[in-house]
Amino acid sequence: MSNNLLTVAYIAASILFILSLGGLSNPETARRGNLYGIAGMVVALGATALSKQVSGYGVLLASMVPAIWMGGLIATRAAMTAMPQLVGLLNGFGGLAAVLVGYASFLNPDASLQGVDFTIHKVEVFVGVFIGSITFIGSLIACGKLQGVVSSKAILLPARHVLNIGMLAGIIGLGYYYMTVSESAALLPLGIMTAIASILGITLVIAIGGADMPVVISILNSYSGWGAAAAGFMLNNDLLIITGALVGSSGLILSYIMCKAMNRSFANVLLGGFGNTNYQGAAVEGEATPVSVEDTVELLEEANSVIIVPGYGMAVAQAQHAVAQITQLLRDRGTQVRFGIHPVAGRLPGHMNVLLAEANVPYDIVLEMEEINDDFPATDVVLVIGANDTVNPSALEDPNSPMAGMPVLEVWKAQNTVVLKRSLSAGYAGVANPLFYKQNTSMLFGDARANVTAILAKLSQGDTGVAPKAAALSAAK
Amino acid sequence: MTVAIAPDTTSMPDPQPTMRIGIPKEIAAGERRVAATPETAQKLQKLGFEVWVETDAGVAASFPDVAYKSVGCHVVHDVVELWSQSDIVLKVRAPLWHPGINQDETDLLRPGGKLVSFIWPAQNPELLEKLSQKGATAIAMDAVPRITRAQKLDALSSMANLAGYRAVIEAANQFGRGFTGQITAAGKIPPCKVLVIGAGVAGLAAIGTARGLGAIVRAFDTRPSVKEQVESLGAEFLELHFDEEDGEGAGGYAKVMSPAFIAAEMALFAQQASEVDVIITTALIPGKTAPRLITQEMVEAMRPGSVIVDMAAEQGGNCELTRPHEIYDHNGIKIVGLTDLASRMANQASQLYGTNLYHLLNELGGAANHHLDLEDDVVRQATVVLAGEVIWPAPPLEQPAPPPPPSQAPAPTVQAEKAPGVLQQLLWPVLIGAALLGIGAFAPESFISHFTVFVLAIFLGWKVIWDVTPALHTPLMSVTNAISGIIIIGGMLQISGPLTSTVTILGAIAVFVSTLNIAGGFFVTQRMLNMFHK
Repeated sequence: MSNNLLTVAYIAASILFILSLGGLSNPETARRGNLYGIAGMVVALGATALSKQVSGYGVLLASMVPAIWMGGLIATRAAMTAMPQLVGLLNGFGGLAAVLVGYASFLNPDASLQGVDFTIHKVEVFVGVFIGSITFIGSLIACGKLQGVVSSKAILLPARHVLNIGMLAGIIGLGYYYMTVSESAALLPLGIMTAIASILGITLVIAIGGADMPVVISILNSYSGWGAAAAGFMLNNDLLIITGALVGSSGLILSYIMCKAMNRSFANVLLGGFGNTNYQGAAVEGEATPVSVEDTVELLEEANSVIIVPGYGMAVAQAQHAVAQITQLLRDRGTQVRFGIHPVAGRLPGHMNVLLAEANVPYDIVLEMEEINDDFPATDVVLVIGANDTVNPSALEDPNSPMAGMPVLEVWKAQNTVVLKRSLSAGYAGVANPLFYKQNTSMLFGDARANVTAILAKLSQGDTGVAPKAAALSAAK
Repeated sequence: MTVAIAPDTTSMPDPQPTMRIGIPKEIAAGERRVAATPETAQKLQKLGFEVWVETDAGVAASFPDVAYKSVGCHVVHDVVELWSQSDIVLKVRAPLWHPGINQDETDLLRPGGKLVSFIWPAQNPELLEKLSQKGATAIAMDAVPRITRAQKLDALSSMANLAGYRAVIEAANQFGRGFTGQITAAGKIPPCKVLVIGAGVAGLAAIGTARGLGAIVRAFDTRPSVKEQVESLGAEFLELHFDEEDGEGAGGYAKVMSPAFIAAEMALFAQQASEVDVIITTALIPGKTAPRLITQEMVEAMRPGSVIVDMAAEQGGNCELTRPHEIYDHNGIKIVGLTDLASRMANQASQLYGTNLYHLLNELGGAANHHLDLEDDVVRQATVVLAGEVIWPAPPLEQPAPPPPPSQAPAPTVQAEKAPGVLQQLLWPVLIGAALLGIGAFAPESFISHFTVFVLAIFLGWKVIWDVTPALHTPLMSVTNAISGIIIIGGMLQISGPLTSTVTILGAIAVFVSTLNIAGGFFVTQRMLNMFHK
């Protein structure tokens, strides 16, 4: 395949990737978007495989076919609640590939590169390997935290900022040394840098708590994009540059959206500021009102409009299917049921949407915070399932709270709010939640899944109990 | 009903005579209102009062004596008897010289009696003096403070509301054309343009009525805070862009403005006078003569057939040429100086005023517990003479904190924010510009072409990603994750060497892991997206 044909194929692939991301703007076009992405990848890989530079088809097939099979297997087996870990893990593979490509490119540079071009190539290798290493190790740690293999608490090493800055300075020094020594000797600084970057990946991510992982994952995703772009520069490949830039900016935007939803800066999230303060918020006074499953069911039966606010607790308890069935039952009775999703609910942006979609909740009743926040005052019952910080009124009411200014779902404005939670303890942010003590809030203590299942059972009982009566009445008439 | 009867039955055995309310016929020329209608008289009886009404008291307001009799009122022919036998006399107008019996109404009041009516204490010091000599107690309905709690007693507002309506009706009556615009087969009728000066209760009622008739309405007021109310009624609010001054005085009324403001205001009126067909002025400042707003020149600038309704005629008039109590034609411009606008709607006006009085007597404890609690702000403000002692004017009420002047407070903060904002806004463009210059100066050509692609791709990505719906953020991450596996191309380019070379092995591993990334990413995305359904 001639170089021109290759370039044209790459342009086609770039366009398909852009269409792919564009397709995700709407659930109806999203599936087509994914297919565009697959098509783009096939075009890009096919064209590359047919190009003059590639002749080792045996190696290619031997490394690709099992990987496709394994990837497919992982993807179909993984539970939807484990989606954050999976995305993190796959992302790590992208980082590893960037490291390997960097090394291979370093060992086998394009002979035509001379002078400034060669220097730039060396820089690109260094940068590519650096980003790749952080992405790879960081993703593995994040994945481990989400899976529970690594403690999900923020682990703060003493003087970690000094340590991190020291390592960064070391990497820059090594980079200078790497650029000045002869080519054969440069492998050593490159190797040491890879090791330091890997340690940096650990120390950076380990200091961030589990609830901030969505931001970490999306930043790492963004890194892997920038890593690909760096590889594109070193290989003189525009497709890699375009794709890397698309992925990189996508990750940055997602991180930005989430940081904004928590009213925090990147620095605050990445340097681990939240959750570590000793501030407990203004002392919360009053008594929480416990409520039974029966009373909750009664509230739901009398309600005309219900909003369900899920959080990470629902995902942990795997309660989404029962919640979906409750939704179905209530909707069949003509009750208006909607979901209010906070941008940082769960462990991945859009995590709750995916879980609810898995449980067959129609996506048009799953609304975002901004869409639904004004509707709470006109709502009869709000069910808060496993959410805490995202419904904490102190974010709006207490200017001294560490959460002050963070937009939250204003569930306390509804007629009745029922919070399904194990205890009255504070959430990830470590701030006591005055919502639990508000007059129109009742607490349904216990395991979310057990309680939701109990509510479901009562509701469907009620249904069978009412139906024969109604039938008898109509028969009597 | 049964609840209301209860105090009656308990008071029956009481030897003390019940409290009697007297409703005399109004004697002021042209006054058609009456202080109680059969309906409000009935309510007063439910409070435990006995109600005496003078013969023909309500006739002018279409309430015949029979109607009062049928609700249990005692109709009295002799005015002297009515006054002298009543514990409380309810009236509309302040006491006057009674021509029928050649005696002042104040003298008819029995010693120590109570009078409730409009009194205008500021304008009538002699009346206060006379009342105090009688040892009387007088409550001035015009002195009821304008606070939320006293709204149901606020007779000024209820009368002003009707007067505002009537002002438009009088204007329409004098105006030789229709108010609404029409396009007919015989040609186009332009809508009438109405200017309402002063957007108080009367002004707002006039605006609403004129709008209802189809006119184009403009309104002016010295208090910018009423702009919203004016606009909510569908009128255009004329502004002076003279924002140093807020005309909001104590108690929601207007205050006297500075000379510069008045000059600007007059210029506006002069300009408006040549444009509009009807001007309705309602400008009043409490305790002062009405401000002169419409000069002779302005009147003469109006088109012939135009109408001015001066609702401030009684207080001296807003228009220079106004003749109080009459409709005056100045070179084809009609100037309505009627002072009895509310009285021209006597039936409704009496009903509203009577209800205001009922609420007042209810506040004072009904018949059984009737007493004046001077600790109560409303009672203290309204009571002008107490058992022969003139206690007017009452100490001023504590005003609720006025809204902060909008033009002053926010201004400094805006500026304070602006200064660093400009620096910050400049910082990034400057940095980026410098970086671009550096790249342009030193980088080789091939790098520049790649760099162009890179920067454009970031912009494109930025635009495309913002369109992604938040519900699909997880699929977005997994699809971009899969796409970032494109780094596989880097591996593919390295695997064509000898099988055992390090480069080939590294390349092969890179291909393997990135394929894992790609395949896993696309598969799991598809799986997730398949779950999204309506």
